[in-house]
Amino acid sequence: MSTSATEREQRAPVSGPASTARSPRERWRALPSPLRHLLLAALALVVVTGLLLVTGDLTALRFAAVGYTMLSIAGLQLLVGGSGQVSLGHGAFMMIGAYTMALLVGNLPMLPLSANLVLVVVVATVAGVLVGAATARLHGPYLAGATLILAVGLPGLTHRYHEFLGGSNGLTVRTAGAPPFLQGLLSASEWKALVVWTTVVIGLAVLATVSTGRLGRRMRAIRDDETAAAMSGIPVGATKVVAFVIASAAGGLAGGLQVYVLGTATPSIFTLALSLTLLAALVLGGIGSMWGALWAALAVVYLEIWLSDAVRAFSLSRDVENNLPIVLFGVLLILVLRFQPLGFHGILQRLGARLRSGRH
Amino acid sequence: MSALLEVEDLTASYGAIRALDGVSFTVPERGFRAILGANGAGKTTLLRTITGLHRAGSGRVLLDGEDITRLPADRVITRGLAHVPEGGGVITELTVEENLRLGALWRTSRRDRATEAEVLELFPPLVERLGRSAGTLSGGERQMLAIGRALMARPRILLLDEPSLGLAPLVTKQIFTLLRDLRERTGLTVVLVEQNAAGALAATDSGVVLNQGRVAAEGDSDELLSDDRTRHAYLGF
Amino acid sequence: MDRFVDLTLSGLASGAIYAALALSLVIIYQATRLVNFAQPAMALVAVYTAATVAPLTGSYWIGFIAALTVGTAVGALAERFIVRPIARTSQLNAIIVTLGLLLIAQGGVGMIWGNQQHGFGYAFDYVGRLSPADVFALVSVGTVAVLLFCVYRFTPLGLQMRAAAFRPEAARLSGVKVGLMLTAGWAFSALIAALAGMLAGPPFISPNVFDIVFVYGITAAVVGGLDSPFGAIIGGLLVGLGMSYVSGYAGPELATLTALALVVLVLSVRPDGILSRPTARKV
Repeated sequence: MSTSATEREQRAPVSGPASTARSPRERWRALPSPLRHLLLAALALVVVTGLLLVTGDLTALRFAAVGYTMLSIAGLQLLVGGSGQVSLGHGAFMMIGAYTMALLVGNLPMLPLSANLVLVVVVATVAGVLVGAATARLHGPYLAGATLILAVGLPGLTHRYHEFLGGSNGLTVRTAGAPPFLQGLLSASEWKALVVWTTVVIGLAVLATVSTGRLGRRMRAIRDDETAAAMSGIPVGATKVVAFVIASAAGGLAGGLQVYVLGTATPSIFTLALSLTLLAALVLGGIGSMWGALWAALAVVYLEIWLSDAVRAFSLSRDVENNLPIVLFGVLLILVLRFQPLGFHGILQRLGARLRSGRH
Repeated sequence: MSALLEVEDLTASYGAIRALDGVSFTVPERGFRAILGANGAGKTTLLRTITGLHRAGSGRVLLDGEDITRLPADRVITRGLAHVPEGGGVITELTVEENLRLGALWRTSRRDRATEAEVLELFPPLVERLGRSAGTLSGGERQMLAIGRALMARPRILLLDEPSLGLAPLVTKQIFTLLRDLRERTGLTVVLVEQNAAGALAATDSGVVLNQGRVAAEGDSDELLSDDRTRHAYLGF
Repeated sequence: MDRFVDLTLSGLASGAIYAALALSLVIIYQATRLVNFAQPAMALVAVYTAATVAPLTGSYWIGFIAALTVGTAVGALAERFIVRPIARTSQLNAIIVTLGLLLIAQGGVGMIWGNQQHGFGYAFDYVGRLSPADVFALVSVGTVAVLLFCVYRFTPLGLQMRAAAFRPEAARLSGVKVGLMLTAGWAFSALIAALAGMLAGPPFISPNVFDIVFVYGITAAVVGGLDSPFGAIIGGLLVGLGMSYVSGYAGPELATLTALALVVLVLSVRPDGILSRPTARKV
């Protein structure tokens, strides 16, 4: 409300010189939201490309991991932070996307990557519609319980359909590197990182547009007070299902990208711990903002790497190495909830506000 | 007669809204005091702040000379203060008997507790309903049960929040009479929050009139009843 | 027919375990409207305690008692110092904090004992139709359920716990230490979870051993109604039987997804479970 009032004030003297002196910030705000997010996405892509050019192969793979992890967590952010529904089964949708990708690459090698990615999104969306519609009437802890069952139960299917899904060894595929005309310029890893990030920023732009638009406002209204939202005419059930479907699609696409980079999909990747880690990371990063997903993804990828290095430096056992990140996520999660409910992004925002007020 | 309950300059707020704005009054041992005022004058908040259900902003509450301002409600109760909240606060999921027993459980020594028989003598209608769920009681019976539960622990002082709410005038009168009798017989100190000012003043010794979180008038019940200005301005009759 | 009897009997035995887990969830849900996703954490800590203590002392039963003691203590401490300060801020945070506990427990157990499976012996023979182990599961869960019922129904502690769960403020005004009662509730809940862990974990334990068991526990609680202790027990037995038939006739991998279908189906028809008391929705 208050922002529209100030906007009007600032736009009032249209004929005066003030209109030409509009600050860049305002002109930026005046752009339509999808365009704004696409521009941001393009900027992000430029930054990532720049970083890729100055770093090596290993970093490229890690960047790619940050990319798809971020997309997955951003989807979860829309669902949990945006609409207030807790899903403990986000990893299950990553798994659906991952296996779809692996099956497509393995069985239909003639399809181009872009077609594969689109199909992955379609399959994940369909799965999201099925699960979302089935669980539409479940609220709070019930939805959390049902999605938890999904996360625990789905990997079992790979054993059930062993010939088709590869059992506990999963599926392994070879994905192509850079196209011929770029070979020599970009390594396979760098090319993959670039593809991942291009897909991710498009996905993020879509998520951001949804989240700032009418749908996002409706979701937040439902999150804050479901009864009040229903009474003010918001279609609560449909909005919740749509949020669930969008989150599933983002998770599925992230899973597909993961297979594209790693070349393998196994049930042991998509455990309950993965779903819980994604949620924990989101809370650490900041549940109230899409930016939280970035910090969350960085935390997921780099905490694991740093901890592995640290564990090796102290020559501790593999058991410690494998489990330390999980424990640390649990501990951080509880500390954040207790002392910083808005997560890392909340801290940044407060610092930013303090800096700005200090300047004036 | 020394003061059993002393409230000194008490304030309390809900967010930015100040509900109590420096309230002071005392209740003597064996006193029967009414707290009156219109809806929203701060009566319920006053009781809740005294008991520790609501956080006090500043000021003090003394019970028998001891500072209880910051004590949580369950600790205040174990100092011998009983509080019957608005609507009675009986636990409808428990039986009538369980509600009664619950009231005295914090008394570790059985001798300090009242017996069920003693309390039921005061409220004959409850006897037949002992085994029933408290949810099946009528409004008047619930109020009786709530007072009975409070009496089970033999409190020194009893705070009641609008016991007349939703009750027939005759039942209200019975309850007021019962409270007077209790005071005479057992020396119980009673603080009665009421919107029904005429009835309350007829039963009590003295009254405090609240208006917008402050004490607007104070005095003997007879005086308040005959003071037309206070009656018209704050009590509405 | 023979196979059907086998499946029924083994279904009842595992159903007893699911009933215990569901009961453990219901105790906490009744008091605080919180589904305790940290429940497998308590079972996990308990069973690994037993697996460590039993070989050291040479007695399964000392290990058993150690497991229940440690599990109970962990539950009480977690409620008092970790869950309570966070859970009151929002329902979302309440769910997430229990997940944090689960992560810590799973990771912690993995760090100390490793992710691989450990053989952990059992007091009774668990092979065959209605094995001694099955009987022990049925008897011990039955005993605990009856004891618990008596504590809640007939003791001053139980009365205060019920009062604190139903009407915290009214309980406080009767001098009940509501916080202490919550801790007591978690302690009871953790005790039962620890028992269920001791019954469900062997013969092989690993950090994820309770994931699937917990899923059936939740399913049982949801089917029975999260605020109905009797519903939890009936739900547990039903889920035990159902999963046994599905595993036996259709394949064990499908059992979990059947549980999901069951949860969704039940909740779509009765959003608060089959045996829950119908309560007016607060507007």
